[in-house]
Amino acid sequence: MNFVYERFLGGKSGAIALGILALLILVVLPLALDLFRLNLVGKYLTYAFAAVSLVLLWGYGGILSLGQGIFFGLGGYAMAMFLKLEASDPESTSIQTTPGIPDFMDWNQLTELPWFWVPFESFTFTLLAILLVPSIFAFIIGYSMFKRRVGGVYFAIITQVIAVILTVLIVGQQGFTGGINGITDLRTLNGWDIRDDSSKYILYFINAILLLGVIMVSKFILTSKLGQLLLAMKDKEDRVRFSGYDVSNFKIFVFCVSAVIAAIGGAMFTLQVGFMSPSFVGIVPSIEMVIFAAVGGRMSLVGVVYGTLLVNYGKTAFSETFPELWLFLMGGLFIAVVMFFPNGLAGIYNKYAPKVKFLKPLFDKPVQSEKKSATKIESEATTEGAK
Amino acid sequence: MGEYSVQELTSILAMQGFAGISLFSVLLLMALGLAIIFGQMGVINMAHGEFMAMGAYTTYLLSVVTESYFPAFMNYYFLFAIVVSFLVAGLFGYLTEFVLIRHLYKRPLDTLLATWGLSLIMQQSFRSIFGAREVSPTLPDWLMGSWMPTETIFIPINGMFVLGLTTLVTIGVFLLMYRSSWGLNVRATTQNRVMSGAVGINTKQVDRLTFALGCGIAGIAGAAFTTIASTGPTSGSLYIVDTFMVVVFGGAASLFGTIASAFTIAQAQSILEFFISGSMAKVFTLLALVIILMMRPEGLFSIKVRK
Repeated sequence: MNFVYERFLGGKSGAIALGILALLILVVLPLALDLFRLNLVGKYLTYAFAAVSLVLLWGYGGILSLGQGIFFGLGGYAMAMFLKLEASDPESTSIQTTPGIPDFMDWNQLTELPWFWVPFESFTFTLLAILLVPSIFAFIIGYSMFKRRVGGVYFAIITQVIAVILTVLIVGQQGFTGGINGITDLRTLNGWDIRDDSSKYILYFINAILLLGVIMVSKFILTSKLGQLLLAMKDKEDRVRFSGYDVSNFKIFVFCVSAVIAAIGGAMFTLQVGFMSPSFVGIVPSIEMVIFAAVGGRMSLVGVVYGTLLVNYGKTAFSETFPELWLFLMGGLFIAVVMFFPNGLAGIYNKYAPKVKFLKPLFDKPVQSEKKSATKIESEATTEGAK
Repeated sequence: MGEYSVQELTSILAMQGFAGISLFSVLLLMALGLAIIFGQMGVINMAHGEFMAMGAYTTYLLSVVTESYFPAFMNYYFLFAIVVSFLVAGLFGYLTEFVLIRHLYKRPLDTLLATWGLSLIMQQSFRSIFGAREVSPTLPDWLMGSWMPTETIFIPINGMFVLGLTTLVTIGVFLLMYRSSWGLNVRATTQNRVMSGAVGINTKQVDRLTFALGCGIAGIAGAAFTTIASTGPTSGSLYIVDTFMVVVFGGAASLFGTIASAFTIAQAQSILEFFISGSMAKVFTLLALVIILMMRPEGLFSIKVRK
C-alpha cells in the first residue's frame, strides 16, 4: 500500500493534487455542466493525454517533440477506421456503386477496401494497433535519431517535418484516408451507439479514468530509477553516458511511452467527438499540445491537465466572441510562459501556495521544493547554453 | 512518360527546371537569413516566415503608395522596395532581438516556442491590417512577360530577375560573413562567446545586428516573393518548414551547403510535381530528406561539430 502511495501517487502532495483533479473531473464538472459542455471538456481531456506525454518527454527527458500530433492522429485514425468500417456495412451503404466500403472511398472511385484497412474490421486488432503502431513508429524515429545522438533542436525540427509529411499524405490520398474532411459520420462501437446521451456520459468517464490512470503510470515511471536518469540526462547528458548508461535507449523508451499515451488520447478523441481529421495531426495541433504542457507546467503531470483545460477554455470562449483577439492572446501566452513562467501554473502554485497558511499542510517540505525548482531552471539554462 | 515526344520532354524539363529555380531563389533567400540566425547564432526563429511576409507587405504598400501618388516612378519603385523591405524587416528583427530573443539564448527550445508565439501575433496583425485576402503589388512592366529561347520554352522574366537578386544577395552575404571584419566578429562570437568578449568584441551588439541582418534578408525574400506569388497573412508560415529543412539539410553552418540543399530541394520538388500530384511530390521530397538526415544528421556539408 505504501508502495502504491509513494510510487503511483507521488507521496502526500502528489496524492492530494491527484485527488483534487479526480474530484474535479469525475464529480464537479459532470454535476456542474450540461452534456454539450461536458463533451467539450471530454474533448479537451483527450488533448491532456498529449500534454501528459510531453511532461515525460519534454519536461523530464528534455526532448522537445513537435510531432505529438502524429501519435495523437495515429491513435485517432486507427479508432476512426474501425468505427467507419462498422458504420459502412453493405445495408446502410447500398446506394453506393460499391456497397460495403466507406463512403469517401466510393466517392473517389475505389471499388474494394485497401489492404491496410482490412484488419481494422477486428476490434482486438484495432486496440492493439492503437498501442503498437505509434510505439513502433516512435521506435523507428527514436532509434534512428537518438542512436546517432541527434537531439534538441534537430529532433524538434525533424518531428515537425514528419508531422507535415503525414498531414500532406492524409490530405492528398483522399480515397484512402478521407482527405481534408477526415473520417466522419461514425456511429457505433461493436453495436453500441456512441452518439446518444448516455454513451456520451459513459465515454466521458472512461476517458477521465483512463487519464488519471495514465497520470499514475507516468508518475510511477518518473519516480523510478528511470525517472531519475531522465532528469540526470536532461541536465548533464554526457555525465550519465560516462557513468556507463546507454542514454539513447532511455530516450527511445520514453519517446515510445509518450507516443502511446498520445495515441490513447487520440483514440478517445475519435470516440467522443465522432470524427477524426488531419487538422489534429499537423504542425499547429502539435505545437498547441506543447503550449498546453508549457502553460500547465512542463514538470507537473497534474498541472498540464489544468493547463490544457484552461487554454482550451480560453480558445473556445474567445473564438466565440473575439476570434481576432484569440491569436494575439495565444501568441502572448507563448511568449509570457516562456519568458516569465517557465514552470507554468504548477510552478506558480508550488512557489506561492506553501506560503498561504491554510494550504501549508498540503505540502511535504515546502521550502525545499521551492529552492529545488529555482535551481533546476538555472541549471537547465546553463546546460543548454553549454551545448 | 510514353505520350511525350523527346522535344516536348526537354521543354518540360527546362520549364519545370526553371520553375524550380524560382522556388530555389525564394527558398535560398529565406534560408540565407535563417542560416545566419540558426546556423551562426543557434536561435530557432519560427517567425522567420512572418519576417518574409513583412517584406512582401512592405513591397505591396510601396506599390500602392507609388501608384496613387507618384505614378511616374512605377518603373523604379520595385528596386527601392527591395531596400525598404530589407530595412523594415531588419529593424523589426533588431527590436525583436532586444525585447525577446536576448533573454533566451541559453534556452534554445524555449526560443522556438516564443518565436512561434511571435509568429501567431504577426500573422494576426497582418490579417487585421491588410485583411485575410491575398494581395499582390502592381509590378513594373519590365518584370512582366517571358523570354522564349525556342518555340516551346517560356522562361518568365520575373523568375530571372529573382534569380539575379538571389545571386547578388548570396554574394553579399558571403562577402559580409567571410571577407569583412564584422563577419569575423560574428563567427568568433559563435565559436566562443566568452573569449570574443575578452578580446574586445561587443558580443551583444554582434548578436543584435546578426539577428537583424537575418531578418532583413527574409524581408528581401519577401520582396522577391511578391513577383512570383500573391501574399496572404499565412504565406510565410507555408515556407517555414521547408526553409528549416534547407538549412538543416545543407549543414547548419555552411553557406555552400545551404545553396546546394536549396537547389536540390527546389528542383526535386518542382520536377516531381509535373509527373505526380503536388502533394505527393512534397511528401516524397520531405521523406527523402528525413531519411537522409536520419542517416547523416549533420547535413550535407558541415564542419565537424556536434550540436
